Order: sequence, then structure tokens, then C-alpha cells
Amino acid sequence: MLEGYLRRDGRKGIRNVTAVVYLVECARHVATEIVMPYRDQGAQVIGFPGCYPNDYAQTMMERLCTHPNVGAVLLVSLGCESFNRFRLEKAVAESGRPVTSIVIQRAGGTRSSVDQGRSWVAEQIKALRATPRVPMDMSDLVVGTICGGSDATSGITGNPAVGRAFDRMGAAGAACIFEETGELIGCEQIMAARAATPELARALVQSVNKAAEYYATLGYGSFAAGNAEGGLSTIEEKSMGAYAKSGAAPIVGLIKPGDIPPTGGLYLLDVVPDGEVRFGFPNINDNAEIAELIACGAHVILFVTGRGSVVGSAISPVIKVCANPDTYARLADDMDVNAGRILQGDGLDAVADEIHDLVIDVAAGTPTKSEELGHAEFILTYKSFDPIGPACLPG
Amino acid sequence: MTTPNTHKLLLLSDTDNVLVALGPVETGPNPVSDGTFVDVKQPVTLGQKIARVAIVRGEKIRKYGVPIGSASVDISPGDHVHVHNIQSDYTPTHSLTETAGGTHA
Repeated sequence: MLEGYLRRDGRKGIRNVTAVVYLVECARHVATEIVMPYRDQGAQVIGFPGCYPNDYAQTMMERLCTHPNVGAVLLVSLGCESFNRFRLEKAVAESGRPVTSIVIQRAGGTRSSVDQGRSWVAEQIKALRATPRVPMDMSDLVVGTICGGSDATSGITGNPAVGRAFDRMGAAGAACIFEETGELIGCEQIMAARAATPELARALVQSVNKAAEYYATLGYGSFAAGNAEGGLSTIEEKSMGAYAKSGAAPIVGLIKPGDIPPTGGLYLLDVVPDGEVRFGFPNINDNAEIAELIACGAHVILFVTGRGSVVGSAISPVIKVCANPDTYARLADDMDVNAGRILQGDGLDAVADEIHDLVIDVAAGTPTKSEELGHAEFILTYKSFDPIGPACLPG
Repeated sequence: MTTPNTHKLLLLSDTDNVLVALGPVETGPNPVSDGTFVDVKQPVTLGQKIARVAIVRGEKIRKYGVPIGSASVDISPGDHVHVHNIQSDYTPTHSLTETAGGTHA
């Protein structure tokens, strides 16, 4: 039986994080210094570097600061940035979480801001130890998956193994989210055939078409040099491998960053901005996508890597599933699951079982490799989205 | 219980015209997961693709039972199939010439 940390808004978390949030790059150093002594006690830094306002960033920060894994929030403002800290603080307060703001220009600069911040964080960490623990089951759990540093093993081992684990967790009531429409280019018709309704099928195809047009305008696909070195020749080939993460269950919904799945089952997260191409690449690296999955409520992330990513994330634990047995041998300290053993004759189901059981263990509190190593990466950049259409969620 | 594979090349779908290297593959006849043999023309590393049959320029490359691009030149059975002889039907592939090889000495 799983146990979760019960928040005042009724959501249940699997970690008890105190988030220290910089609201512009100028406040990041202070936020980082505040967290430094409490890194091993659940304090983590997240933030937004830009000085110009952005609705997407505002929504992302509101969802992240009220994520079920987060118990308390300290906002760190320089004082003159455009981010609406008042709205963010109000949203966090309304969720029942302790929240306060430090404005560096008013607090007397770096040193006094750090001192004030540390004493507030220390109090919160102490108070969060008393957070009520309540039973939690699979239907309370949101699991996200991403692949990064993909190679030609990803689509044969790690991704299909995660897909089978997704099928099991989704059938047990969990909400399972896969993403990166730019890495589903070429799979759109096969994917649409799994949609729960014809209207959703059309929306799924449109989301991939949007990604293809967006990347065509930029002149690059979602394809890094290391993908080619790892044996992938085209975006379609990479896509088919990535698509295998989604398993075989029906797709019940299409969401955008910050949308929280209303039911269990399988969802596609559309991460490519709407409208004309602005602000550059949809996701400048894997952590940008991980942050978006977490903003959709993901308690835990399954990260499939072939080339060997070492990242973790702030807020939600990242389980690294290594698709390539050679990479696993080199980076075993960073990897939670050796899916590459499928190439040596092990069955997909054995690895899927291991992934499924590890999600339960990690949800119960067992640290992942990236958590043990102190990884808590976070990045948030400018984007713009239209709201999802009426056909996108289960009726 | 792990049963070591005896084949060196994996056929993912019956309709595929490429095979996947399950580890370093040397030139010469190599066993395929469907019980056949393919005469490999260039040594390749784990995950690289080898042509199962002759593929003419413009023909779709099929892996996982679906098209993953088109041949940019004629490809012979046993040839290494990668960025030098196939292209995306969507967006061009970006690779570094220093690292995109996939062959080994």
C-alpha cells in the first residue's frame, strides 16, 4: 500500500519539497544560496529567468508551486521584474501551502535576503515533517515519460519496456503522460488510430502536424548529433522508437503544459507552442520537457536514455531507464534500470515489471539514482499556448 | 533468466527492409533473428541498420513495419544504412560528420 503526503487542497504527494523560487535570473543566486544548507532536507530551487511577463511561465509556476510533491514555497524576487509574484503567491496561499516572498531590493540585498530565506526554509522543513500521511493508490498517481539522449537501442528496449509498464499502471488507474509531439512526426496516423474518439484522433494528428511545421520553420528537427551517432538516421526513425513509450492502451486525452489529467489512462502532452514561431525551439533540452510533465502533476518521471543522460529534476523523482547495455556498463551509477539486457535475450516483460515495481518503491520514498546524486535540474523558458479544445479530454 | 542471443541482426517486423545490429557486427555472413543470414558489407556498431534486401533510390526504408525515410541512393543487401544513404521525408537530419559514422574498424 502506497502512502502520500496529504496537502490541504486534497492532493497527495510522494515527496515533501520546500520550493525556493526565483522570479527572474537576477534573484537566482540568492535562491540557490538559501537552499544550499538544506539541499539534503528537501529544499530545491526552481524559477523563471526572464524579466518580461509570459502567461505560460506564470501558469507553469503556479502548477509547479502547487504540485502535490511541494509542501511549502518561498518566492525570491529582485523587485523590479515583470513576473506577477502577487498572483503566484495568492495561488499558492489558496492551495493551503505556506508561502512567503522575499524582495531583495527591500530586504537589504543579498546577505540579508539569504539570511531571512534560510530561517524561513528551516522553519518550513521542520513543520513539513508533521505533514499527514494517508493511503494512496494507483489512481492517485500521475506518471510521465520522456526519452532523451536517444539512440537506436531506445526504441527496441527501454521505450517499449516503459510502454508495457505504462499499460499496467494505466489499467490500474494511474494517469500516464507521454510527450514531445516533435518526436512523434511520422507516427501521427498510427497514434490517431488509438484515440478514444474520432474528434481526439483529429486533435492528435493536428498536434503532430503543428510540430512538423514548427520544426520545419526552425530548420531543425528534434534530433541531436548524438542521435545519429547512436544509429538513428531520420526523425521518423527516432519518432517510432519514442512512440513505443506510449504502450498499447487507448489514448484518452491530449493535454498542454500545466493541464492536469482529470482521470486515469493515457494522455499525450502537446509541448509545441501554438501560433507563429516565437521564442525559439519548443524545448531547448530534456529538463524543459520534464518540468512540463511535472507541471501536469507527474509525481514521478520515467526517463529512457540510450546515449546516457545523467539528469534528474526538481520536485519529482526521475527514474532513468538505460536502453543501451554498453552505456549502462559505463554509467551504472546514474542508471536505475538496465533495459539493454533485452538485447542480450531478456524479455521486455521482465524489464517492464522491474520498471513498474520501481515506480512503486520510489513513490514509497526510495530515492532514485539521480536523487542520491543530488540532481535537481530545472529550466523554464518562454512559450505561448492556446487552451486545449473541447474534444481533448475524456467526456 | 537470460538466454544469450545467437543472432547478430534483429528483424523487427516481417515487412522491414532493414535489420538492426544487436552489437558490433563484422563483415561476412551474419545470422538474423528470423533464421536467415545476411552478407554484411561494412562492419557496424550496436543499433546500426543493415539492408536486408536491395533497396532502390527513392524507395521507403521500413523499420518497425513503418517507413522511416527514403533511400537517397541505390542500396545493396548487406550495406550499412544510415545518414549517408537515406533521408527523412519530413525534416532534414542534423548530424556532426565527425561522429555520425556508426561503422567500426
